[in-house]
Amino acid sequence: MSDALDIALRLLVVFAVFLVLPLVVGQTEHKVMAHMQGRLGPMYAGGFHGWAQLVADGVKFAQKEDVVPADADRRVFQLAPAVALLPYLLVLVAIPIGPGEGAVGQVVDAGIFFVLAVMGVGVLGSLMAGWASANKFSLLGGLRTAAQLLAYELPMLLAAASVAMAAGTVSLPGIVDAFEWWWLPWQITGALVFFVAGLAELQRPPFDMPVADSEIIFGAYTEYTGLRFALFLLAEYAGIVVLCGLTTVLFLGGWHGPLGADGLGWLWTLLKTAVLAFVVIWLRVSYPRLREDQLQRLAWTTLVPLALAQIALTGVVKVVIQ
Amino acid sequence: MSPLAAAAAHGFLSPTGVEIAFLLVGVVTLGAAVLTVTTRHLVHAALWLVVALGGLAVEYLLLTAEFIAWVQVLIYVGSVVVLLLFGLMLTRAPIGRSPDADSGNRPAALAVAVAAAAALVWVVVDAFRATWIDLDGPAQGSTRVSGEILFRHWVLPFEALSVLLLAALVGAIVLSRRDGADAGGDQAAPPRKDR
Repeated sequence: MSDALDIALRLLVVFAVFLVLPLVVGQTEHKVMAHMQGRLGPMYAGGFHGWAQLVADGVKFAQKEDVVPADADRRVFQLAPAVALLPYLLVLVAIPIGPGEGAVGQVVDAGIFFVLAVMGVGVLGSLMAGWASANKFSLLGGLRTAAQLLAYELPMLLAAASVAMAAGTVSLPGIVDAFEWWWLPWQITGALVFFVAGLAELQRPPFDMPVADSEIIFGAYTEYTGLRFALFLLAEYAGIVVLCGLTTVLFLGGWHGPLGADGLGWLWTLLKTAVLAFVVIWLRVSYPRLREDQLQRLAWTTLVPLALAQIALTGVVKVVIQ
Repeated sequence: MSPLAAAAAHGFLSPTGVEIAFLLVGVVTLGAAVLTVTTRHLVHAALWLVVALGGLAVEYLLLTAEFIAWVQVLIYVGSVVVLLLFGLMLTRAPIGRSPDADSGNRPAALAVAVAAAAALVWVVVDAFRATWIDLDGPAQGSTRVSGEILFRHWVLPFEALSVLLLAALVGAIVLSRRDGADAGGDQAAPPRKDR
């Protein structure tokens, strides 16, 4: 009985994190973007610096009418937001935030593969939305999403493979356990490739070609309203949390910090994740959108060779130090 | 290397929970596969394929082959189906039925499919007969075990396969590349690259 209770409790905690952290990132984005652009951002909702703005947004979304276009493929159209959102919830279950069994939703033996595989499924949601909307802008968005995923999945996998080679394990807690401080300069290329490819997979600026609002309205999500649209947005922010958490765990040493991993290790993980999330927002404010051919060129001529070079370097160093 | 334990204490009449789950997922997978080839909606076929491939991954999981399961999701659901959908959207994938999505080869395709299925089932049945996988012990399909078996016992086929894939890759590049001679002014853009 206590086993079932334990699992239920863990899942509940993961679910709470899944609901809270994306909102925190979203609110931070409101404020950080505003301050970087010399304005204040939301200030009224909730009283103190507009902290309740996203809650108010959520209420607004829930009240809106849920419209399905007449020509749309109803079932696929309605299913798409769930397909886009659920993978990130599943991934969150496997990300460890502290040492030991207690600080991870569920230990997955082949964690790195699980995480990357399930994250890739999320893109199906965008494709389904793009096709089922019966809208040319949506279809274009879906096409761009697919092209982007095909280009950026490979460097992401290669970068993750490099760190798995370095650690000699594919389990996420195992990788963090094996981490040493000098991995940071050793794996820095892989870390950059992984983070950039992850940004592209999430379609965050400067890789937001699939939802480019000045060209194709809102890409695959053009026809969505109300809660379903909110779910897509939530998927984007959950994706940021997952990507930053994964980069932390794989490349930045997770719970390792200057004061040791005991006790406050999980705080280090959260801190590193938060800093990375800030970088994601920062990039959105600072860089213009990449064109489609620039996107493809960056992936195939820069990121893939860099990732391969990182794997070679990892292999050489690994053989030398053994 | 003996992942299969003899079926001393097993029978078909007292299935365990895992076996029941295995059968149920198998039925779902089979149903999705049949729908994939019978539906008239092109994109629905691709989406049913996702269900079928995902069901297969769950079967691997139930047999404790965790690594294979995730690779199945990563490669097939995450990449192959996305490529398939990409191709469908680029060409013609109307919402609703595709009236031209039919061909006279239906009986031939059915015959080939039945023959292939019969051969595979026969091989599997003949190879394993009544052996039972012991699911209670340490996982036999974990990443470590798979890796050791692959790189100790099956290195040569593995390398041969990788050479085959490399040849296919080079072939794809050669096929998709246009020479400067027969390309007109409209081919100024660099050739598309896909995986």
